[in-house]
Amino acid sequence: MKKSRLVVAMVSVAAMALTLTACSSGSSSGGKQTLTIEDYFTDTGKVYDAIYKQCGSQIGATVKSNHVAGASLISKVLQQASSKTLPDVLMLDNPDVQQIAASGALAPLKTVGVSVPKDYVPAVVKAGTYKGQLYGLAPAINSIGLYYNVDMLKAAGVTPPTTWAELKAAALKLTDKSKGVYGFAMSNINTYEGTWQFLPFFWTAGGDEKNIATPDAAKALQFVTDLQNDGSMSKSALNWSQADVNNQFVAGKAAMMVNGPWQLPALNAKKGLHFASVPIPTPSADEKVVSPLGGETFNVPRTGDKTKMALAGKFVQCLNTPAIQKKMAGAVGDVPSSEKVAASFVKSHDQIASFAEVVKTARARTAELGPDWPKAATAIYTAVQLSLTGKASPSAALKQAQAQEK
Amino acid sequence: MTSLHVEAAEARSRPRPGGGRSRSRNRTLHYLTRWLFVAPAIIFVLVFFGYPIVQNVVMSLQDYTTATFYTGIAPWVGFENYAKVFGNPLFWTTVINTLLFTVGSIVFQFGIGMALALFFKRHFPLSGFLRSLLLLPWLLPLIASAAVWKWILDQGSGALNQFLGLFGVQPVPWLVSPSLALIAVIGVNIWLGIPFNTTILYSGLQAVPGELYEAAALDGAVGWKAFWHITWPSIRSVVSVVIVLGVVYTLKVVDIILGLTGGGPANSTQTLATWAYQNSFVQFLFGQGAAISNVLIAVSLVFSLAYLYMTRKEVDE
Repeated sequence: MKKSRLVVAMVSVAAMALTLTACSSGSSSGGKQTLTIEDYFTDTGKVYDAIYKQCGSQIGATVKSNHVAGASLISKVLQQASSKTLPDVLMLDNPDVQQIAASGALAPLKTVGVSVPKDYVPAVVKAGTYKGQLYGLAPAINSIGLYYNVDMLKAAGVTPPTTWAELKAAALKLTDKSKGVYGFAMSNINTYEGTWQFLPFFWTAGGDEKNIATPDAAKALQFVTDLQNDGSMSKSALNWSQADVNNQFVAGKAAMMVNGPWQLPALNAKKGLHFASVPIPTPSADEKVVSPLGGETFNVPRTGDKTKMALAGKFVQCLNTPAIQKKMAGAVGDVPSSEKVAASFVKSHDQIASFAEVVKTARARTAELGPDWPKAATAIYTAVQLSLTGKASPSAALKQAQAQEK
Repeated sequence: MTSLHVEAAEARSRPRPGGGRSRSRNRTLHYLTRWLFVAPAIIFVLVFFGYPIVQNVVMSLQDYTTATFYTGIAPWVGFENYAKVFGNPLFWTTVINTLLFTVGSIVFQFGIGMALALFFKRHFPLSGFLRSLLLLPWLLPLIASAAVWKWILDQGSGALNQFLGLFGVQPVPWLVSPSLALIAVIGVNIWLGIPFNTTILYSGLQAVPGELYEAAALDGAVGWKAFWHITWPSIRSVVSVVIVLGVVYTLKVVDIILGLTGGGPANSTQTLATWAYQNSFVQFLFGQGAAISNVLIAVSLVFSLAYLYMTRKEVDE
């Protein structure tokens, strides 16, 4: 009795081990090669799948896409890097490219036959470059601008602001406490989103991520803090994501907001909302705004399969052709990366005209610091929060935040 | 365990034919069987608790970055991660926040949970139904609760401020004021923890024999006196379980804080747990993240040991 029970136990253990080993199996298919693609376009997955399919048939490969939720993409990529199961083509948000390239998981695009198409916006190349090698290319890009409610501005007799002084005055004039309407809204949240939204003010004023505790940076932070202390910007903005900011604008609780072109579908869906956008105002009228570059790059991971990597290279090159650039830009409300393509694209998409202007002078977040950008980004949003909560003056906030992230 | 002892005893008392060799084989078999019974538990603990903790300690002594995932190389840096963490001005902020968060949550969760448990001990119409409703916060996904509370506590359009506004109260910046945010987050965590405390304490109260109260009532011990001299000593072991588990659960709370404030504004709700998360999964500083979580593990361990000591003392009594 006892022995037989023991035998049963041992057999079941052995069976378990067998099933475990059975999981690892190799398979190869003849004929058409299959490329796996990983991105975070969960909402617009179908549009992207059509684009991938088009490029797949152009290069003679079948494509299989996997849309991962945005927040978990990087942890998924890290997992895949350690288990050597990276996809053939990987999409990354552009500030993450250098971080992943530094790990060695990506192949330089040159080695898989990808070249930068003509007249790409300079920031696109900078965002995809790590230590002099290009690792990622974004076919479509974006940035942030100043949206305004046309009706509210008309009612208040305000023209779209172009300088900080005008913005400040306009925001004050557009604020109506009795109706709960704020003149201005932006996201000051303690995530990289907050950093991203503050960057146009920070950079245009002369701030630099290498050392954020400078008088120029303090000037920018003072400006945003003043907007809040004037009552033109809600204190709740400290906890608003960009989507929350957009909701405030759509609900008519903010007359102007800082946001990007990806909000256009939501804005257009709201009936009776008349809106337009301009580049974010600058300290003085003769300056150009320096906004952060947004957009997703496509990269070729080092999977070890040389022929597939070359095919993936062809695929990435195809994604960056003018026709696909336009399709991708149209899918999410982005701007084609090539200035020439963008110029013709804008003619049929006038709502992104202001953003097409802004991206020309946009700056890649990782251009200076590369993989060290997260530290600076954390310091920047921390400084914004310290100043807006009144815990420190703008210049002290910048100093304190920088010390925390050393 | 007991059945094993019986079988072993049987085997010893009944000598089998075949002599010494088979007996010694039998003995090894018994020995083996004993270990086989314990093996699942040992393997489980080693795989799911031992390995991660050891790995976490090792990680905290390495420069573990995103590159490590691909290359597998993590340079040994000794205590550098700990030095960086302890040297960061944020460390003491997070320690104090963690302390306030834990103590504040536990005191109120336990106090309110105890009061509700005593309340529900008197059976009254619908008491069973109400008691099951009380479990609701526990059943909701934390992320959903956090999202709803974030909306309730919003300064401009939140339900709470709208309600307070009826009484002429100015909008309170619950989540965006550095002095209020921690209180608001503690409040939500108390709401979350009450079901756990009530349920466990209620079941503890059920186990107190009713005769004790009858006898005490004859001696004149009713109300507060009855609670202090009968209820409290009877449920002391349950109380220690609730508090120790509560402390350990509260120390590691991440989701509710991330959902409500993300540790802000200006790090005023950043605890050791959220800071560890921030370091590891937002800034990719896995070594420092591991160092912070080891501090947390050490604190939790102290509480667990205190709990073990307390329960052992009770057994001795």
